[in-house]
Amino acid sequence: MAHAASVAARPGRGTYRALVHRKKLLLLALGIVLVLSVIADLGLGPARYSMREVVLALAGSEEVSNQVRVVIWDIRMPVALMAVVVGAALSAAGAQMQTILNNPLASPFTLGISAAASFGASLALVFGVGLLPFAIEYVVSINALLMAMGAALFIHLMSQRRGVTVETIVLLGITLVFTFNALLALVQFLASEQALAAVVFWTMGSLTRATWPKLAITTAILAVALPLFFRRAWALTALRLGEDKAASFGVNVRRLRLETMLIVSVLAAVPVAFVGTIGFVGLVGPHIARMMIGEDQRFFLPASALAGAAMLSLTSVISKSLIPGSIIPIGIITALVGVPFLFSLIMTNRRRAW
Amino acid sequence: MVATLQLNDVGVRYGRQEVLSGVTTPVMKGGEVTAVIGPNAAGKSSLFRRIAGLLAGPGEIAIGGVSSCGVCYMPQDTSVNTVLTVYESVLLARKQGGHHRVRDDDLESVDEVLADLRIESIAFRGLCELSGGQRQLVSLAQTLVREPQILLLDEPTSALDLHRQVEVLSLIRSLSRKRQMCVVLAVHDLNQVLRVADRVLVIDGGTMVRCGPAEAVITPDLLRDIYKVDGRIERCSRLCAQVIIDGPAAH
Repeated sequence: MAHAASVAARPGRGTYRALVHRKKLLLLALGIVLVLSVIADLGLGPARYSMREVVLALAGSEEVSNQVRVVIWDIRMPVALMAVVVGAALSAAGAQMQTILNNPLASPFTLGISAAASFGASLALVFGVGLLPFAIEYVVSINALLMAMGAALFIHLMSQRRGVTVETIVLLGITLVFTFNALLALVQFLASEQALAAVVFWTMGSLTRATWPKLAITTAILAVALPLFFRRAWALTALRLGEDKAASFGVNVRRLRLETMLIVSVLAAVPVAFVGTIGFVGLVGPHIARMMIGEDQRFFLPASALAGAAMLSLTSVISKSLIPGSIIPIGIITALVGVPFLFSLIMTNRRRAW
Repeated sequence: MVATLQLNDVGVRYGRQEVLSGVTTPVMKGGEVTAVIGPNAAGKSSLFRRIAGLLAGPGEIAIGGVSSCGVCYMPQDTSVNTVLTVYESVLLARKQGGHHRVRDDDLESVDEVLADLRIESIAFRGLCELSGGQRQLVSLAQTLVREPQILLLDEPTSALDLHRQVEVLSLIRSLSRKRQMCVVLAVHDLNQVLRVADRVLVIDGGTMVRCGPAEAVITPDLLRDIYKVDGRIERCSRLCAQVIIDGPAAH
C-alpha cells in the first residue's frame, strides 16, 4: 500500500501524460491550420470567393450558384487536395529518410530523388522514351517514378556498405543531384524548343497538373504508407538512439531500414512523378514537426505529414495571391516561403533540434 | 528457471581479420556478476557485441532459461543526437517488442528505474543536453527497464564520478541477486571489480588469458603481465580487497 502511494506520488508519469496531451493539442492545431488553408486555397483563383461562399459550396447549399459549386468542386478541389497529399507524402518521406539515415539533411530533394525523377520525366517529354512501354498515358509519371525509386534504392544500398558514414551519404546524394542535373541539362540541350518548354515547366513543379485519378493514387499510397510507419513507430524512434542501441533492444535494424526505404521511395517518388519537382517540403516539414513535437514517432510522423500538408497548401495560397490572375509554379514558392520560416524557427527555438 | 550463459571457444572476425578468439567460460548463472577486464583494444567490446548477437564469429554461445527478449546489451558509446527526452527514451526501450499502447505499468516501470538510478530530476530534459555521466545513467536505465535476465554492460561506469560508480555497481549487484539476473560487465577499475564481481574474465590481445574467481585472478602477476604495473593486493575490510599500485613495472 505504501509502495502504491509512493509510486502514484511520483511526478514522472503525470508530467509525461501532460506532455502527451500537449502534443495532441499541437496536432489538432496543425490540423485546424490545414483546414483553414484548404478553404482559403479553394476561394482563391481568377474568381475570388469568400470563406463563407466556399463553405456553403462545399456543403452543397443552394445559397451559392451552380457555377461556384462547379468551380470549387471540379476545378479547384483536386488541386487543393493534391497540395495536401503531396505535402504530407513528401514531408513524411523526408521524416523517415532523416530517421533511417540518421541525417538532418536527408530529403527527397537533397538526396537526388527529385533530380532523378526530373531526368526520367525529361526522357519522356523530349524523346518519348518510356521505361514501361505499355503505359503510354502515364509515361512521364512512370518514368519519373522508376528513376526516383532507383535513386532511393541506390542511396539505401550504398548506406549499408561498411565504413559509409552519415556524411558520406549526404555527399553521395549531392553527387546524384549533380549527375542527374547534368543529364537533364544534356536532354534539354538536345530538345526541341517546344519540348524544352515542357521540361522546364515540369521541373518547376506545379499543382495545376492535378487530376482526380492522380489525387486518388497519391492518397492511396499515403493511406497505405502512414499506417505501415505507424506500426513501426517504437522501432523507428529507437533508431534515434543509435544503431547499436536499437539493435540491443531487439530491433532488426537492417530489415527496418530496408522496409522503410522501400516505402519511402514510393512515397517520395509518386508525388514528384505527378506534380514535378517540389523542393524543401520534404526537408523543412520534418524539422518543423521535430521542433514542435519532438521525435516520438507516434506524434512526429503525423506532425510531419500535417506540417508538410499545411506548408504546401499555404504555399498554394501564396502562389495564387502574389500576382493577381496568375498562378506561379508552386516549386518556386516552396523554397522562398519554407526557408525563411525554418530559419526563424531555428533562431527562436532554444531546444537543439539535431 | 534461472538464466544461464556459457561461452565455448567464442571469437569475432571482421572480414578475414580475427579480432577475438578462444573465449571459453564456465556456466554463468543468474544472480552472478562476471567482470570482463583487460587493456584498451583487447577485444572486450567485440566480445560484448558478439554475445549480444550484433557480430558474427566462430564458437558457441549457450543461453538458457531466458525469453526471446531476455538478453540486453548496453553499448559503451552513449552519444546521441536527438531531441527525445530521458523519459521518452526509457519508455521506448520498455515498449520494444511489446504492445503499441502505453499502459500504466509501463510508466510505473519507467518511474521506478529512474528513481533507482536517482535521475528523476533530469527525466524531461533532452538527451543531447546531458553530460557524459548522465547519458551513461540514462543508457543504463534504458537497459534495466527491459527487465533482462542476462545483462551485458560495456563499461557502464566509465564516465561516472566515484560516488556514482560505487552506487551504480552496488545497484547492479543487488539487482542481479534480487532478479536472479546474470550480469556480465566490463570495468577498468580493478578495485570496483574486486568489490562487485564473483568471477573475472581477462582478455588481452584478442584472446582470453584467465578466468576464475575475482580474488584468484586479480594478483600482482596479473598487474605485471597484463597492465605492465607493479602492485599488490591488500585486504581492506572483511568484505573486499584493494589493489595498490606502486608504479610502472620495472623492466
